[in-house]
Amino acid sequence: MSLTFKELHWAKDIRVQQYLQPKTLEEALHILQDYRGRARVIAGGTDVIPQLRKRDIELEALVDITGLPDMANIEKDGDKIILGGLTTHAQVASSQLIKDQAGLLSEGAGSVGSPQIRNIATVAGNLISGQPAADTSIPLLALDASVTIASGEGERAVPLSEFFLDLGKTALDPCKEILTRIKFQPLGKDQGGAYLRLSKRKALSLPMLVCAVKVTVNKDKNTISEASIALGPVAPTPFRDRHTEDALKGAPINLTTLADAAEGASAYCSPRDSLLRGSCDYRQEMVKVFVKRGLVRALEQAGCTLD
Amino acid sequence: MSTTKLSFKLNGHSMEVAIAPNTLLIDLLRDDLGLTGTKVGCREGECGACTVLLDGEPVNSCILPTIKVAGRSLTTIEGLANEEGELDEIQQAFMDEGAAQCGFCTPGMIMNAKALLNKNPNPDEAEIRQSLSGVLCRCTGYQKIVQAVVTASQMKKLQE
Repeated sequence: MSLTFKELHWAKDIRVQQYLQPKTLEEALHILQDYRGRARVIAGGTDVIPQLRKRDIELEALVDITGLPDMANIEKDGDKIILGGLTTHAQVASSQLIKDQAGLLSEGAGSVGSPQIRNIATVAGNLISGQPAADTSIPLLALDASVTIASGEGERAVPLSEFFLDLGKTALDPCKEILTRIKFQPLGKDQGGAYLRLSKRKALSLPMLVCAVKVTVNKDKNTISEASIALGPVAPTPFRDRHTEDALKGAPINLTTLADAAEGASAYCSPRDSLLRGSCDYRQEMVKVFVKRGLVRALEQAGCTLD
Repeated sequence: MSTTKLSFKLNGHSMEVAIAPNTLLIDLLRDDLGLTGTKVGCREGECGACTVLLDGEPVNSCILPTIKVAGRSLTTIEGLANEEGELDEIQQAFMDEGAAQCGFCTPGMIMNAKALLNKNPNPDEAEIRQSLSGVLCRCTGYQKIVQAVVTASQMKKLQE
């Protein structure tokens, strides 16, 4: 049903009958089971509330999980970094640990929406919304992050490479399941990362292109041992360019390698023509620029110099 | 629809209200409490005109379920002037610098600037622009707004 501007703008209610605030994970999962798909998890709600107001989704109840204990922390666990499922973008963007050891994620988290949105919106929510160029999905995908999903049947871990299924669709069902943790390996010695974003304005704008790069180098041989390149929106889901990554494995660190990678990535991407976000041709050209620039920055961060 | 009782602090005073579970914060403030200083712009969390401070942090009240403020402290534009009605430095500076044209975004601009100056009394221009980046103004071109926040930070320093 399409709503006129007047109806949409002045419709004040969000049409839910219950707003539930469970205090434990078990309680939250029980409620979701009881409602059998008619209730949905809400954390920051910066996507869910506008969707409810526009009647894009219809629900009987919202299950607010922001009261669940121990889920809003950023922690180091052994050699991994763990973001609790309720960690906000503002927390991640201002965390010194993330800045130092996963700068690409720090920059991505700091680019989402506006300060007011970042104070409320969770990184888990950014993943679950399943948008192809989500500002934290792209760097987390480049970092090979995985997520832990809790449901009535127990817990399961899903690598992000298997998490995004289609536009707006992920492996998590927000009417049944809760994302409790995001886990990734921070950048180590001989590694570097980069995050690049193209948008019409510096703030409050959706990205026309986002690129995140992570490299591991072999300094003795002056080669790239491994590279990950994540891009969006160039496909219905956040996209890992495995083709170019394979080509970079063992490649010498020089400008020819970077130019070849840029050409390869561009040929492999198919952004849509969009009046708002730029034409396919333009964005394919920008993929070249971003992949090359991203690799340069990541290599510099890993301590390499390019001739 | 059944209502829920909710207590929180509003502009320094304890409040108790009974609300329906689907009430958004902006509607409680404007319709039930008569605090119309906070504006409704886009109603979808984009424009920032509805910014209020929740435990000192700026948030968009148009997409915030009211239940989320339970037990927390809320500041709206009405809470900036002191008991004697003396304006906050930022409000005064917006007047002195002519930083408002239609004035619709002004409460949002001022609340975001307030959150910044509370944390960082001595911001540089980049930090000011960053803090105002979540509010859209369609009249002024932002220059005078940024200048007003600079002036407010200097006024604050002079008083101390």
